[in-house]
Amino acid sequence: MTSAAMPQTSRRKTAPAGPAIRLVGLSKRFGETTAVDSVDLEIRSGEFFSMLGPSGSGKTTVLRLIAGFELPTAGVIELDGKDVSARAPFERDVNTVFQDYALFPHMSLIENVAYGLRVRGVAKAVRRQRAAEALEQVQLGSFLDRRPSQLSGGQRQRVALARALVVRPKVLLLDEPLGALDLKLRQQMQVELKELQQELGITFIFVTHDQEEALTMSDRIGVFNKGRIEQVGTPEEIYERPNGPFVANFVGTSNIFPGTLGRSLYGRDDRFSVRPERIQLRPLPPEGPGTGIALTVTALVYLGHATQVRGTLPDGTTAVALIPVTAGRGGEFAVGQPAVLSWNRQDVVWLPPAS
Amino acid sequence: MKLSRSARITLGTLTAVVLLFIYVPLLLVVINSFNGDRSFGWPPRSFTLEWWSRAFQSEGVREAIATSLWVALISTAISLVLGTLLALALQRHDFFGKDVINLLVILPIALPGIVTGIALNNLFTTVLGVSLSLWTVIIAHATFCMVTVFNNAIARLRRTNSSFEEASSDLGAGIFTTFRLVTLPQLRSALVAGGLLAFALSFDEIIVTTFTIGAGQQTLPVWILNNLFRPNQAPVVNVVAVVLIIASVVPVWLAQRLSGDAIGTTRSRKKASPGITKASSTAR
Ligand SMILES: Nc1ncnc2c1ncn2[C@@H]1O[C@H](COP(=O)(O)OP(=O)(O)O)[C@@H](O)[C@H]1O
Ligand SMILES: [Mg+2]
Repeated sequence: MTSAAMPQTSRRKTAPAGPAIRLVGLSKRFGETTAVDSVDLEIRSGEFFSMLGPSGSGKTTVLRLIAGFELPTAGVIELDGKDVSARAPFERDVNTVFQDYALFPHMSLIENVAYGLRVRGVAKAVRRQRAAEALEQVQLGSFLDRRPSQLSGGQRQRVALARALVVRPKVLLLDEPLGALDLKLRQQMQVELKELQQELGITFIFVTHDQEEALTMSDRIGVFNKGRIEQVGTPEEIYERPNGPFVANFVGTSNIFPGTLGRSLYGRDDRFSVRPERIQLRPLPPEGPGTGIALTVTALVYLGHATQVRGTLPDGTTAVALIPVTAGRGGEFAVGQPAVLSWNRQDVVWLPPAS
Repeated sequence: MKLSRSARITLGTLTAVVLLFIYVPLLLVVINSFNGDRSFGWPPRSFTLEWWSRAFQSEGVREAIATSLWVALISTAISLVLGTLLALALQRHDFFGKDVINLLVILPIALPGIVTGIALNNLFTTVLGVSLSLWTVIIAHATFCMVTVFNNAIARLRRTNSSFEEASSDLGAGIFTTFRLVTLPQLRSALVAGGLLAFALSFDEIIVTTFTIGAGQQTLPVWILNNLFRPNQAPVVNVVAVVLIIASVVPVWLAQRLSGDAIGTTRSRKKASPGITKASSTAR
């Protein structure tokens, strides 16, 4: 969508210095389940922040706590420095794009988009005008009087976006908004959403379980695991310097080597990880592995842009290497045959001891 | 399921017999309301509109119709408000003892009318010390009419997504605005169906009514009961019975249609919501 004419609110330059959102010791329990477990987090004004984590890690619950659909069991939620923990959703200056879009089925598109203005008492002519503009911007200008049921998934997604943005929130919450779209449309929407966010300068909090999506779109990422935040950082930090095996494995596949290997190679007892694409693999030369590590190939997976080679080290550790197409198709390797692994010292990421 | 030929014939015959058994007597009542012969000789030798005109000229009948309409309308209105509120409370919120309350709300429709009648009569006259009137009838009717509204509303709420209400709240609407603009429009056809059934239930109710109505007042069914054994009123009783049939069948038929395709997803009547079965209520 072209976002040039979307409502212009707090541009990034004029944004206040404090965090847009601050979560302090935020917890939410449902009976026996602890969905969110004392989360501390600051989200900066105007940033594209992604909450990344596997299904059931508490991302949606954090979003619903911020929106006000759930009340925290413990902890504080601050919006723009004000404690809103006990406020109702309609008293909070945030808006949500729901995972299932939640477009009102009994209203036309223009009524859906005008809804937020209508309940704020904006005059009918004005709100219809603004809703029509917003729909125009998401390229649905000719569908004003259609019902949501007459739209495709991608179109509904745009309507949900227009409906949330037309009331000019400070923060937009998006719960896996692209989850229901097919790959091609999803990639296109990723670009458009990112551009839109940069245009508007609104803080976006974007929930996803897709690490690639989080890496390509975000200014910063918070990685969730079992209701806790494992790591917060820029995509590069998260990818290049994961602070533990969970992040290393969830954000892209990683090789995690045991402390015994750390000791024998580098004289350090910690586990470490190396990304598959940083690993060099060659067939075992007749004179032995040399400085490399011997492994037995267990599987070859052709990925199109590369070939993934999986294998087992003598101590049972599994390892994965990616051989780019430019380096051949991995034809020199075969399942059951030995090979040699090596990597550069600077590609080693040390992991803290498992807690 | 594939039925054998003989099974199909047996089932078909059985259905026909049952339907004939139910509808032939009703048809007779309708025909006799036009029968020119005062002693209802069969087959009718002539037809007349005299009974109909006499019925509508009768002060007693006109008053009874007005009374029944009034009672049915007001108890339907009360049922709509209370049934909707209860359905919302029980469907959209979780609390301890919810299932028990749910059962207690729908129980009145299964209670025998005579029990409800005696209990409410007791409550009004002995415990509360109020004199019986149309209002006591209205309150009594509302106790069971509410159930049809409740059942229809809760079935609809179960099928609609509560995220619509969250979205409304998210966009800045308070509780009442959300109810008016989002919840109610989605409930509308379910409420109309429930309300029509409530109306039909109240309009032809007699047992509870006789226990809770004030002296000298009569609803249409009570009028029939009072005039049933007066020979010179027999033709007029037939006419009133036809009016009663129409007043109960039309709302049920409308309600059936409404809840059948209200959501627009299914046109099948088989999945009609639970409150729609008048069967459970006519048992009273
Ligand atoms: N309303 C609820 N009632 C009970 N348990 C819930 C509720 N909402 C979420 N949970 C539980 O909380 C955990 C986190 O869920 P959620 O926040 O939806 O995770 P995610 O969005 O990361 O997939 C899950 O174990 C889920 O079953
Ligand atoms: Mg989720």
